[in-house]
Amino acid sequence: MDFTYDDEQQALREAVRGLVGKAYADFETRRRTVAEDPGFDEGLWQRLAEMGVLGLPFHEEDGGSGAGPVEVAIVAEEMGRVLAPEPFLTSVVLAGGLVAAAGFADQRAEVLGALSGGESVLAFAHAEPGTRWTDDATSVTATNSGDTWTLSGTKEPVPHGARADLLVVSAALPDGGTGLFLVDPTADGVTRNGYATHDGGRAARVVLDDAAGVPLGDGGDATATIATVLDIGRVMACNEAIGAMEFQLRGTTEYLKSRKQFGVTLNTFQALNFRAAEMYVSLEMAKSLTTWATMVLDAGKPDQMAVAASRAAVGVSRAGRHIGQEAIQLHGGIAMTAEYSIGSYTSHLTALDHLLGDGDHHLRVLAASVGDHEEFDPLS
Amino acid sequence: MQLELSAEDAAFREEMRTFFTTKIPQEIRDKVAERRELTKDDIVTSQRILNEHGLAVPNWPVEWGGQDWSPLRRHIWHEEMQRACVPLPLAFNASMVGPVIAQFGSQELKERFLPKTANLDIWWSQGFSEPDAGSDLASLRTTAVLDGDEFVVNGQKTWTTLGQHGDWIFNLVRTDPEAKKQRGISFLLIDMTSPGVTVRPIELIDGGHEVNEVWFEDVRVPQDNLVGELNAGWDYAKFLLGNERVGVAPVGATKRVLAQAKEYAGDQLQDPLTAARFAELENELLALELTALRVVAHSADGKPHPASSVLKLKGTELQQAVSELVVDLAGPASLASGAGDDDSDLPGWARRATPVYLNLRKASIYGGSNEIQRQIIAKTILGL
Ligand SMILES: Cc1cc2nc3c(=O)[nH]c(=O)nc-3n(C[C@H](O)[C@H](O)[C@H](O)COP(=O)(O)OP(=O)(O)OC[C@H]3O[C@@H](n4cnc5c(N)ncnc54)[C@H](O)[C@@H]3O)c2cc1C
Repeated sequence: MDFTYDDEQQALREAVRGLVGKAYADFETRRRTVAEDPGFDEGLWQRLAEMGVLGLPFHEEDGGSGAGPVEVAIVAEEMGRVLAPEPFLTSVVLAGGLVAAAGFADQRAEVLGALSGGESVLAFAHAEPGTRWTDDATSVTATNSGDTWTLSGTKEPVPHGARADLLVVSAALPDGGTGLFLVDPTADGVTRNGYATHDGGRAARVVLDDAAGVPLGDGGDATATIATVLDIGRVMACNEAIGAMEFQLRGTTEYLKSRKQFGVTLNTFQALNFRAAEMYVSLEMAKSLTTWATMVLDAGKPDQMAVAASRAAVGVSRAGRHIGQEAIQLHGGIAMTAEYSIGSYTSHLTALDHLLGDGDHHLRVLAASVGDHEEFDPLS
Repeated sequence: MQLELSAEDAAFREEMRTFFTTKIPQEIRDKVAERRELTKDDIVTSQRILNEHGLAVPNWPVEWGGQDWSPLRRHIWHEEMQRACVPLPLAFNASMVGPVIAQFGSQELKERFLPKTANLDIWWSQGFSEPDAGSDLASLRTTAVLDGDEFVVNGQKTWTTLGQHGDWIFNLVRTDPEAKKQRGISFLLIDMTSPGVTVRPIELIDGGHEVNEVWFEDVRVPQDNLVGELNAGWDYAKFLLGNERVGVAPVGATKRVLAQAKEYAGDQLQDPLTAARFAELENELLALELTALRVVAHSADGKPHPASSVLKLKGTELQQAVSELVVDLAGPASLASGAGDDDSDLPGWARRATPVYLNLRKASIYGGSNEIQRQIIAKTILGL
């Protein structure tokens, strides 16, 4: 039982902070960046590649650096702290994670090599209109004739789907189950409409009309793999949210100490200070769950990963709403403006909450099994 | 970063688990499990068995019966005790006056009191609060005036928990009325059988007799019973209230009650709303337990982790929320609180649910109310 980061992990945090934290130290830079397509800084993406961040979770033979979940979590947290819009979570952790988990060796080497090197942005096209956070695909279907596969149907919202150089698409297989396919988005039969999300991110509608797809790995049912990678993504989204919430709490306390009304600084009013104290409580509780869930991933116990991801997701969803809402309220009107950073953090926390399953979704999962165990022991 | 306990700590946990579930009488542990009231004898018996095996006061210095354990081991000891339904060592002895005497008392006081305090041969009461000195404890008015080699004590303490069992009481008394209020307070040990000490019961909303008023009228106390320096009592009181990082939140006990509540719930667990309430509470308790672990894992380097202040606040809120859930599970049966076992067909847990719920409202009031905890977080952590 040890909650401390080793020297190398600390160094990684410093390095990411030195690059990403510095790049977006001024919130205006982030505003400018997300105002134009592709919604992130391609130059910074290259520098992240050079630093090895984009290949962090992948094996060395696949072009990555073979780091573990703790390292990936550190990056996510630092990205969240400055609301960095680069698609680390969706491109590297999710889409890359699927290729790493399901691809053949030559697919992994090619796709992950290009991703790690910053030459290719990946997107995971999974959500379908009308569905809510499932592990499988239903309305997008895969059909084969001989060895060639084609996909049809609509995927939306696809994070960074318009900018992506390669899509990882989930599709219902002819004999049941859900397969994963690599799709070249510039090929015939693929139509993409990109747009901005409320938090400055990017998403797209991807319409597939007999579009060519290459099965990832053996092309069999990948539902379990998708579920696991989504769980890893959830825990990393939690880490990203922790960074964002820490920033919001710090920003709020600084503001209470400096903003004057009625001739005194706002921290003269206990009613406000107590609400800030409650934000701190929410943050620490969410941080404990997130750190623990990250360690469960690190311990590599697949049977516990899903539960850990749901537990962290419930805690972070609750905390994110509480802190995000209170941060705005305690700032007053200024936090309603797009120019001031605080409100945009709330927007991003709301996006993270709804990317891979919100608090109620995960509470429903936990509630379904609450009678199966007497008590929950995080140490065994 | 590592999730698992080390092999040594895991073995330690197993050893504690075995001890608590085999060496403490089953009938006492059953009472705790069923949330029935413990007698003085139950508490004394249990603490003496613990003490005999060096498990009553591990937080004390080793020469006075403590253990040289890491904070993590003390946490494990504390959690496993609650898990096994073992009554915790009397807090007034084990976590309050004992550590103060061990830290600040003279050699004579240590020899005289510490062994008996560890063994619960002396039952201590805490004489801090007064009718007009609650959260603002330093405004206390009970006086102690030196007359020859004795103090003469006059005043009133209140909220004295289990004072009806008390042999001795550790009091905060005003010894310098001229000084700034924190600087004129001393820490005095008083024999409750002394002439002039009167203990009167206060009935609480659950119908129980748990707290008392204690009156002091010209009570003569030997000067030797002063702990440490004259007028330095406030520092000792702060030490007493603030030195403990382990066991700040009742994690294990609350987890146990929630687990029991699943049994009480029976078919009600099929109801999605009830199941969601369980799931949410269980998850918050997990977050609390993990926060407690972060705190103990961190205090190894001496400095307490700032998150420790979260523990009292959130820990008592969850303890209360779980007791509220049990009342709701009991439903109409919760009205039968006045029925004896022979008068009622309703299960005992359901009949006890509301008195326990009402009683636990205290948890967010005493030991530094939750408003005071928020104040500490705002001031010392957030710098507000
Ligand atoms: C069951 C029980 C057992 C107890 N046992 C003992 C015992 O054995 N020995 C002992 O010495 N004491 C004991 N206490 C006393 C306990 O420590 C006090 O009740 C506690 O310190 C609060 O004081 P008070 O009740 O006078 O409330 P007050 O201090 O009058 O507080 C009233 C309300 O105002 C809030 N408040 C107070 N100050 C502030 C502030 N600065 N900012 C914001 N809000 C504030 C409080 O949180 C509370 O909500 C016990 C109390 C109870 C209920």
